[in-house]
Amino acid sequence: MKNVPTVNVDRPSQSIGERIYLVPVIKGLGVTLRHFLRNLFGQRDVATIQYPEVKRQYSERLRGRHILTTKEDGSLRCVACYMCETICPADCIHIEAEEDPEATVEWEKRPRVFEIDLLRCVFCGYCVDACPKQAIIMSREHEMAFETRDEAVVGIGELRQKGPIDKEDLGYRPYF
Amino acid sequence: MTVSGPETPTRQHPLAELFEADAAPLIEDAADNHTVLTVDRGHLLEVLRRLKETPELDCDLLLDICAVDYEDRRPRFEVVYHLTSLDKGHRFRVKVPVEENDPVVPSAYGIWKAADWFEREAYDMMGIRFDGHPNLRRILCHEAFQGHALRKDYDPAQRWLFTDQETMTPSWTDEEGEDDGDHFEAQVLNLGPSHPATHGTLRTVMRLDGEVITRADAEIGYLHRCFEKMSETHGWNQVIPYTDRLNYCSSHLNGAGFALAVERMLGIEAPPRAQVVHVILSELSRLMDHAVCLGAVLVDLGALTNFWYFFQVREEIYGLLESCAGGRLTVSYARVGGLAHDVPADFSERVRYLLGYIPKFIDDVERLITTNKIFRDRTEGVGAISAEDALAWGWTGPCLRASGVPYDVRKAYPYFTYGEYDFEVPVATSGDCYARYLVRIEEMRQSLRIVRQAIDDLPSGPVITDDHHAALPPKEKVYSEMESLIWHFKLIYEGIKVPPGDAYAFVEGANGELGYYIVSDGGGKPYRVKVRPPCFAIYQAFPHILEGHLVPDAVAILGSLNIIAGELDR
Repeated sequence: MKNVPTVNVDRPSQSIGERIYLVPVIKGLGVTLRHFLRNLFGQRDVATIQYPEVKRQYSERLRGRHILTTKEDGSLRCVACYMCETICPADCIHIEAEEDPEATVEWEKRPRVFEIDLLRCVFCGYCVDACPKQAIIMSREHEMAFETRDEAVVGIGELRQKGPIDKEDLGYRPYF
Repeated sequence: MTVSGPETPTRQHPLAELFEADAAPLIEDAADNHTVLTVDRGHLLEVLRRLKETPELDCDLLLDICAVDYEDRRPRFEVVYHLTSLDKGHRFRVKVPVEENDPVVPSAYGIWKAADWFEREAYDMMGIRFDGHPNLRRILCHEAFQGHALRKDYDPAQRWLFTDQETMTPSWTDEEGEDDGDHFEAQVLNLGPSHPATHGTLRTVMRLDGEVITRADAEIGYLHRCFEKMSETHGWNQVIPYTDRLNYCSSHLNGAGFALAVERMLGIEAPPRAQVVHVILSELSRLMDHAVCLGAVLVDLGALTNFWYFFQVREEIYGLLESCAGGRLTVSYARVGGLAHDVPADFSERVRYLLGYIPKFIDDVERLITTNKIFRDRTEGVGAISAEDALAWGWTGPCLRASGVPYDVRKAYPYFTYGEYDFEVPVATSGDCYARYLVRIEEMRQSLRIVRQAIDDLPSGPVITDDHHAALPPKEKVYSEMESLIWHFKLIYEGIKVPPGDAYAFVEGANGELGYYIVSDGGGKPYRVKVRPPCFAIYQAFPHILEGHLVPDAVAILGSLNIIAGELDR
């Protein structure tokens, strides 16, 4: 602990004005009044967002609800390699594999069951990092509400991409 | 699974002559700049006392006590003490092997008061009994809990259902002659666990004489989520999302600290760009943590406006973190070996914008509060603790610096690129709530100073090591190259192979020294992770500071200590 440059911030001494309380109060009122007037007339840099009419603009990396991407023919890109299930810190992914009958090569797998328990999920994005096929990515959808716990366990039907990929609200994806 | 024990050193260690011949511990130097002393429990207190009292050793700070369960080794347990000397700068790790059938070691409470809760935790989690401890009860688990959760043979899938309303009985009710007859009838007041003024689930039971607190006791553990046990069942990188939930007000600091600990064990270093980004985000996280602490304590004292000003700052920083990592509160941005991915293209611009944006709000709060007589009257002299007491309790961070000890890990043991920046350590001397406020305000300014230097000097290059034993290969290579794909599979299925051994790595968290004591058995998962949460040491002194104060002071003191339940209870 030798030669550590320090700055002493010990109590500042009080002037008479501060001691009789009035000056700091007027100074403080000045600060709040400035903010009040700026918010009243400035309008541009008001911090409050009128949610839900107005929503915060998030970046393209926001980790929201997952999307299972599809190939051009509409089948899932997922090959049921269990990488995302293995890396998941919350153990919220459940996959059951089956043989793909439409496979062009011998022995190709696809998921029969692919479930994510969104109540267990911590939205860390590790599944996206682990996927070698870019089959699981994340959207920016983060407002999820469920009435029962079972409802929060979503399968292929709910997770599959709905239309063309550029029409989805894309969030966290692999970057290179 | 076996973890190799310490090897016998071939020559006498230079420190050995400082100990008496018959109590001489086995001394060796570890790779993590710690001197490791292995001692049998009969000589433990003698060795600890010598470590504290010998002028050449001068270990004034007991940082951590934990136990490790080496299931296949005999003796099965090892109690590990981490000590440091602030003046000399050296660090010691004292290990005491303990037999399974007689898990008793003498308590170090008489030497450092900091041992109090750390020993209770080791008892709760591992079943090690500390002989002579004044109050050896469970601390994180419920009193009716059976077994010791961190033992390797404890099945984590076990569930306990507590149906009876057992609650903590304050430690003083056992005492004889509690009522000395002169006073009014003592009243017992319960503050928390769910109370607007206890930020987090903290319960304090106070015995009052009128409005003066005569005794107090704290109960913690409401937010215990078995972080350490979970870490043992998941891979090294999978622990990082868990660390976000330790001190959730400054989550990047925890992840960066854990990654640093594992990197040190692997003998690798994050690339320069990653280190500088770590520094920038760590300092902004620290600033955010202080802003939350001060904002909240001021609300408790009746000054609501400051909370909004500080939270405006926090919102902006969260925006930056989200644009880098994809998460606002739980960022999970650090990885072993660097960062998950590079910062966005407009990173420098956004950081520079923040550097201009944040100081205005700190100035506004200072104008409202620093010279305000009401605030000064409420906080000056309240909750004061001397430097000696603060050290004895194992305090670190802003609370210790407010008592006049300029200990800051960033200066004392520079990590990342902290050694390159010019900044000062704020200190005050009075150690009261007001001093803690002043230190935090100044630390926010110093953090901005570090960020300004770091962003001006942000190197280009990769953000994660290219050592594929530790870090996933880049995605485009995984898609196109067979070898990278194999590494990718191996790292995910088998995890990082950290060499067997143990290490203690520490960073300056928002509340003080955040340490990770890590034991590896060479497998893909940690064998044992022990966090040294700065709050834990600070909060154990809280019931003692309260004595003699008024109830409203308790709120001010609790707020100024900045206890984060996620880190406290893990």
